[in-house]
Amino acid sequence: MLRLLSLVAFFAAWLIGSALAGPQMLPGPDAVAQVIVTEARSGALFLNLAVTLARVVLAFALAMAFGTALGIAMGRMRAADRVGDPWLLILLNLPALVVIVLAYIWGGLTETATIAAVAVNKLPNTVVTVREGARALDPTLDEMARVFAMPRWRAFRHVMLPQLFPYLAAAARSGLSLVWKIVLVAELLGRPNGVGFEIGIAFQLFDVTRLLAYALTFTALVLAIETFLVQPLERRASRWRPRPA
Amino acid sequence: MNDARPVGDPDLLDVRIARKAFRSASGAHADVLHDVAFTLPHGEVGAFVGPSGCGKTTMLRIIAGLDREFDGAVARPAGAIGMVFQEPRLLPWRTVEDNIRLIAPAIEETPLGALLDTLGLAAHRAHFPGELSLGLARRVALARAFAVEPALLILDEPFASLDRPLAVRLRDELSLLVDRRPVTTLLVTHDLDEAVRLADRLFLLSARPARIVATMPVAQPRAMRGAADITALKAAIAQQQQ
Repeated sequence: MLRLLSLVAFFAAWLIGSALAGPQMLPGPDAVAQVIVTEARSGALFLNLAVTLARVVLAFALAMAFGTALGIAMGRMRAADRVGDPWLLILLNLPALVVIVLAYIWGGLTETATIAAVAVNKLPNTVVTVREGARALDPTLDEMARVFAMPRWRAFRHVMLPQLFPYLAAAARSGLSLVWKIVLVAELLGRPNGVGFEIGIAFQLFDVTRLLAYALTFTALVLAIETFLVQPLERRASRWRPRPA
Repeated sequence: MNDARPVGDPDLLDVRIARKAFRSASGAHADVLHDVAFTLPHGEVGAFVGPSGCGKTTMLRIIAGLDREFDGAVARPAGAIGMVFQEPRLLPWRTVEDNIRLIAPAIEETPLGALLDTLGLAAHRAHFPGELSLGLARRVALARAFAVEPALLILDEPFASLDRPLAVRLRDELSLLVDRRPVTTLLVTHDLDEAVRLADRLFLLSARPARIVATMPVAQPRAMRGAADITALKAAIAQQQQ
């Protein structure tokens, strides 16, 4: 209920803002909705959303996979932590824009360069979060698995992963929003399609309506993924936790 | 460190720990175990009794292969190890049944059902460990250790911090399981009663650094020991400890 009220307040603020600033600077919700419909009819909206979403998913998956592996290694092995830590600090503090521009210079304006650049931007974030989780692993369960000679994969899947899960979920949540923001920048700079490209066009034409149309639809898409995919997964995985009475 | 098997009985548990030391935070060495050597034939239950903090858990960890930094050698009977730690050490995110099946994937439904029945766990199969009392969780740990059909069973104060009647009941259940399928068993306890009722062979340990000060075989089968025998055995131990 409170959420709904908050959403209503958002649209009210938008309407008032639009009335004050004029349709050129801030078009109202109706104008934006109209553009969304036209773009959807022509198919351009879905194409651009799909392309951007594919890039987000790929970059996200890459960053999560490598970040998890590195995070576990650094959290479990002192030497790996010592070696990896300076690299991690450098990556963490490297602006996204620098990584993207370098990727395009070195790799050309290609799909691979785009996805690699976005993944590298998200990677250190995942590593830091997962490393924290790997450091907090319960050594007593580890010993249990060793005494009973649990095969490595089974121990990883049933002993380690569930302990890492809250950390992975945190990394995934912050990751999804971070990745899609960075993907737009990468698209703006070096891709001939996608939401970021369309926003670049809208910027050149000073077309705020178009800009909002694309930005809002994609935001809605990410919200839907979060609500219908990430949250149910989280609930399923934390089934075993005793619920508060 | 040496796990090589000496010539002889492959089912024999042969423990020869010359020395085990820990380094404290200040860098000083402290001996925990000193010349702990014993053998245990197949199917016998050996119980270790000693003052708390004397290094019993350290000894079990070495025998289980969890700690390899010691002088000496341990030859284990060939086959799986079943261990019950001082805490149940269950996976909180898996059900009781999954906790057992993940460790013993080969177990058939019939023996699993029988095991759960013996330990009074039949109604708790689908429960998560967080929903169990400590006593129940300990039973699951016991079931898990038996489910792997171990060649060596290691029990580290398996009934500590349970109330007396429950500890007694679990002790009897354990006795039943060991008699049903003989398994070389090491039991560490500070409860003399428990040791005397379960053991085929008693080992008395000294204070730190722990040594074996006496070995006492118990001839009478577990099931036939009456109250008088228990009292006599306890008296014999008290005499040895002086």
